[in-house]
Amino acid sequence: MQNQAIQVKGLQKSYTKIHVLKGVDFEVEKGCIFALLGSNGAGKTTIIKILTTLLKQDSGTATINGFDVATKPDDVRQSISLTGQFAAVDEILTGRENLVMIARLRHLKNTRQVADNLLDRFGLTEAADRRVSTYSGGMRRRLDIAMSLVGKPQLIFLDEPTTGLDPEGRIEVWKTVKELANGGTTVFLTTQYLEEAEQLADQIAILHEGKIIANGTLAELKKLFPPAKVEYVEKQPTLEEIFLAIIGKKAEKAQ
Amino acid sequence: MNKHFFSDMGVMLGRSMRHIFRSLDTIITVTIMPIAFMLLFVYVFGGAIQTGTDNYVNYLLPGILLIAIASGIAYTAYRLFMDMQRGIFERFHSMPIARSIVLWGHVLTSLVSNAISVVVIILVALIMGFRSPAGVLSWLAVAGILALFTLALTWIAAIAGLSATSVDGAGAFSYPIIFLPFISSAFVPTRSMPPVVRAFAENQPVTSIVEAIRALLSNQPVGNELWVALAWCVGITLVAYLFAMKVYKKRV
Repeated sequence: MQNQAIQVKGLQKSYTKIHVLKGVDFEVEKGCIFALLGSNGAGKTTIIKILTTLLKQDSGTATINGFDVATKPDDVRQSISLTGQFAAVDEILTGRENLVMIARLRHLKNTRQVADNLLDRFGLTEAADRRVSTYSGGMRRRLDIAMSLVGKPQLIFLDEPTTGLDPEGRIEVWKTVKELANGGTTVFLTTQYLEEAEQLADQIAILHEGKIIANGTLAELKKLFPPAKVEYVEKQPTLEEIFLAIIGKKAEKAQ
Repeated sequence: MNKHFFSDMGVMLGRSMRHIFRSLDTIITVTIMPIAFMLLFVYVFGGAIQTGTDNYVNYLLPGILLIAIASGIAYTAYRLFMDMQRGIFERFHSMPIARSIVLWGHVLTSLVSNAISVVVIILVALIMGFRSPAGVLSWLAVAGILALFTLALTWIAAIAGLSATSVDGAGAFSYPIIFLPFISSAFVPTRSMPPVVRAFAENQPVTSIVEAIRALLSNQPVGNELWVALAWCVGITLVAYLFAMKVYKKRV
């Protein structure tokens, strides 16, 4: 058994006109939450697509649980699950039908039971028999993540899981991600929200102009900057704190 | 090909069939529209059309079935396009299932759903007075031709669905195909048409397919038409399949 869930070395990828990845290297340990930070168009999605076997790199290697993504894509697909940037749910089916469909494609037994458990876990039991097109953004995202958990993959990829969600929805997703990691699943997520990485990640890498320019724990990254100065500043609540306090959800804000 | 190929394809079929049965729009277009055409041609225009047969429903039915299939495959392109747009394709492709399952699921759905609308239309035609002396073998041959025709158009639809950049574009290719039966012997004999139109009508695939089905259903000798019809269907299927696979490989 090796401890690395993901090993990426010298990854390069160009599209017709742009050189998106110019030699990306990083490793992700099993069981941790890894956040890949970067601005729009930095290449975060390209990395996810290569790691999930949807796209082939030009050069460099990437292995998932020891399997090379380019030469052993079938083995890679056995142990991963992808929640893409756009909710990968079937809008015309109900929440339960979506989960049963994935469970059947993963050739599980008791597909109905698997679906019911996940619906319960993600607070979707009441909405289970409604078509997904009637779901809110947060519910859709939750179902999306639930679908990725069918069959208990060891590694799950979340591409900008909270983009487009309201604060409540975002906190729901954060809670879910933390629970996942507590259960031993490795989580690879991309985000453009610094706060999200700060809240969730054990390890943070920053992708900028095609390369990883910083990589480490939050504490390690903080050391790269000048030491904190002590100043007395009156702490004003952020708008988010006000919003959450008013709607009474503050207590749920996950640790 | 892995051992779950067919059960996985069954899951995909179930998914798309649910899409069809939950979309009123699809049902109206693929069955009610052709039935409306049939009523219109038989009870409104039919009296003025000279086909040389005493039962115009018998004459008309093959053409109506082709129109139904042509409008049905527009939805195949649409469903494929929608899947490409949303994240669901990426989810399927990152799962441990054969990649081609997703495409074949749509193809199978197209065959099954068009078969259903063909049966419904034939039942309505029976109520309207359609009668056929054809035996089981002839009916099987008709089913085979219609399935091949569906398959040919489905692969054309796959090209459209995979390469379209908008929803409208995904469905637009089907209009000329829906129109083809009108410039064929489907509704009126070609001998009444001006020479240029007639030449086109007699040499396009729909005419030979219509004539072959008509001959089979009325127990007439089929002759060359059947082989011409089969050649068209198989030829279009092969070319469209190769092209669609090329587009598919490029997109995934």
